Amino acid sequence: MTLLKVEDLTIQFKSRQGVVKAVDNLSFELAKGISLGIVGESGSGKSVTSLAIMRLLQNANTEITGKIDFEGVDLLKLSPDEMRKIRGNSVSMIFQEPMTSLNPLHTCGKQIMEPILIHQKGISKQEAKKRAIELLRLVGIPSPEQRFHEYPHQMSGGMRQRIMIAIALACDTKLLIADEPTTALDVTIQAQILDLMSKLKKQRDMSIIMITHDLGVVKEMCENVVVMYTGQIVEKSPTDLVFKDPLHPYTKGLLNAIPKISSKVERLEAIPGTVPDALRMPTGCSFHPRCKYATERCKAEKPPLYKREDGREVRCFIYDAGEKGDDGNVTNEYKEYSNSINPK
Amino acid sequence: MMEMSQTNIKSTATLSIQSEVENILEVSHLKKTFQIKSPDGKKGLLKAVDDVSFTIKKGETFSLVGESGCGKSTLGRTLLGLYPPDRGSKILFNNEDITNISKTNRKNFARKAQLIFQDPSACLNPRRTIKQILMEPFKIHKIKNGEAKITELMDMVGLPSRFLDRYPHEMSGGQKQRVGIARALALDPELVVCDEPVSALDVSIQAQVINLLEDLQKQLNLTYLFISHDLSVVHHISDRVAVMYLGKIVELATRDELYENTQHPYTKALLSSIPDVSGEVREKIILTGDVPSPSNPPSGCRFHTRCPAVMDICRTKEPEFKQTNSNHFVACHLCTK
Ligand SMILES: Nc1ncnc2c1ncn2[C@@H]1O[C@H](COP(=O)(O)OP(=O)(O)OP(=O)(O)O)[C@@H](O)[C@H]1O
Ligand SMILES: Nc1ncnc2c1ncn2[C@@H]1O[C@H](COP(=O)(O)OP(=O)(O)OP(=O)(O)O)[C@@H](O)[C@H]1O
Ligand code: SF4
Ligand SMILES: [Mg+2]
Ligand SMILES: [Mg+2]
Repeated sequence: MTLLKVEDLTIQFKSRQGVVKAVDNLSFELAKGISLGIVGESGSGKSVTSLAIMRLLQNANTEITGKIDFEGVDLLKLSPDEMRKIRGNSVSMIFQEPMTSLNPLHTCGKQIMEPILIHQKGISKQEAKKRAIELLRLVGIPSPEQRFHEYPHQMSGGMRQRIMIAIALACDTKLLIADEPTTALDVTIQAQILDLMSKLKKQRDMSIIMITHDLGVVKEMCENVVVMYTGQIVEKSPTDLVFKDPLHPYTKGLLNAIPKISSKVERLEAIPGTVPDALRMPTGCSFHPRCKYATERCKAEKPPLYKREDGREVRCFIYDAGEKGDDGNVTNEYKEYSNSINPK
Repeated sequence: MMEMSQTNIKSTATLSIQSEVENILEVSHLKKTFQIKSPDGKKGLLKAVDDVSFTIKKGETFSLVGESGCGKSTLGRTLLGLYPPDRGSKILFNNEDITNISKTNRKNFARKAQLIFQDPSACLNPRRTIKQILMEPFKIHKIKNGEAKITELMDMVGLPSRFLDRYPHEMSGGQKQRVGIARALALDPELVVCDEPVSALDVSIQAQVINLLEDLQKQLNLTYLFISHDLSVVHHISDRVAVMYLGKIVELATRDELYENTQHPYTKALLSSIPDVSGEVREKIILTGDVPSPSNPPSGCRFHTRCPAVMDICRTKEPEFKQTNSNHFVACHLCTK
């Protein structure tokens, strides 16, 4: 059953220098009880997308078009009051930057109790406090009774992140948006948090959107993955296939850039070049200035999102069915390229 | 000469007995205690860093790893004078005691030792444009040519110069992190404390930034104290690695020694839990038991409540921090028997 359906979502910011299109015609679907990973270059629009779903982007300089369908209701059309009933309750979010989203003037305990008191009618303060302390324990904060009374600045970076997680999990969430939820956490606590999320996912039949640059986390947590570049989806696929056989040249580059303990390389393999400036998007495929495989066509034309027979989607001319190579799947030039960066 | 010793460091891996390389930092018995309030309103003490000693050589990358809340950021900040250390702590920077220095010397030190913050938005003033933020250090230290330098810096961290007119809230998490890095490198420091400098970045930009940090280190003979929980990144970048647990260093060794000849049960557990994308299955050592609180650390060895190899002696006697071979220090009863 589909829980969330995002259709043609476009988000633009008016700035002093012009209009920045941070998200460009984004569409994806998320079924109940399923996790979707969103990975992609820094600045590719991941956080902005999730803020739009939470309806936290509305201001005079922002233009949002498209549809965000949650349980059959377009969130973009709800009144602020109606949205308030959903936000923090059936849809909640773990924000990327704990320090900017936690209130420095309130104790952590108070901030965890707040959504419980707002959304769960009839619950007493005493019970809410008990629940908050239990949540602190669940996210692995030692001496939760004491930490309950502390302020965000008294906590370490990773503890603040876990406070955010506790707040997001306080209510009976159906959709959890986790924006880089474990970046500040070491592997052992990360494992504990991921485990907690998986448990809740099963128990509550919760869906998760997991935004992360840690491909290991995606591999462990998500059934499906979406790869973004400059505000667009460049690849959409079941997770296991992406790791076995990444399609888009950007995805391949991402997988190559991960440092591996087993290999002692002098330099990490970064994707050459930098992300284009949103105000000066390259012509054609926005990845072409950094793509080893770019052709004249890539410089002139924008590639559509090709749907492949196996259901995977990829935005790259290499997969244009009209130009199939010998094996009837990808073009020959591409195979050469692919072999050069992924020697067998 | 400098260059020679530099290559020595990387190749022979005999750092701790290399006498020809100068120490940039000598830390002994460093402690940092915070006052906290317990639920019943009574005052308590939290020893975030508890009696830590080590040295860092000029030009090396010294990494600090350990669980969230074990005191890494506090240690880094105390070294830079952002938190005053407890009495009895000693920090020598280029042989000068910086725990009590004059104002002018402090300013001079502040220029030479910089911090890349863990949470970028906590250090970028929301009311200033990126340009103003980056110009600030040049103003404080009355240095000319800031304008040219910041364009160069933006380029170095991979941000288009158009971003100079933006405000922090108009940028993504990773973009802000790169501004933080540019600012730390603005005044050509000697020592940079990098507190999780790449954890907010996607792997491709992470690789760029790490390569950048390494290039700059070679060019400028920079020294890094590199704080990270990403053990793959730490493996890539470090000369030596120190593992912290509840405010103490429990193991300290050259990189290869630490990863290949791991001694401490905590380090073993940490290394076993590295997520792997290559598909290789490793046996994970899952630590059981709650993480104890630094305001009330366990008796004896602090790790004994979670240690898979715990013995009777561990519950009562604190293990000494001892040298097991020329490149390796460990605090564990198993290793000092
Ligand atoms: N309020 C704003 N005004 C103008 N531009 C903005 C604003 N907020 C975000 N942007 C721009 O929109 C783009 C997308 O930002 P977003 O925060 O979604 O990136 P991201 O994919 O989450 O990146 P990261 O991995 O670094 O967090 C960026 O180029 C950013 O600079
Ligand atoms: N200003 C402060 N006041 C009181 N306690 C503090 C303060 N700063 C840090 N602490 C406490 O000191 C301990 C160590 O915190 P620190 O920030 O150094 O951890 P860390 O190792 O950097 O963790 P992380 O990986 O989560 O960033 C924590 O228990 C924290 O709550
Ligand atoms: S001293 Fe004992 S408890 Fe502590 S780490 Fe070593 S074996 Fe484990
Ligand atoms: Mg983001
Ligand atoms: Mg920290």
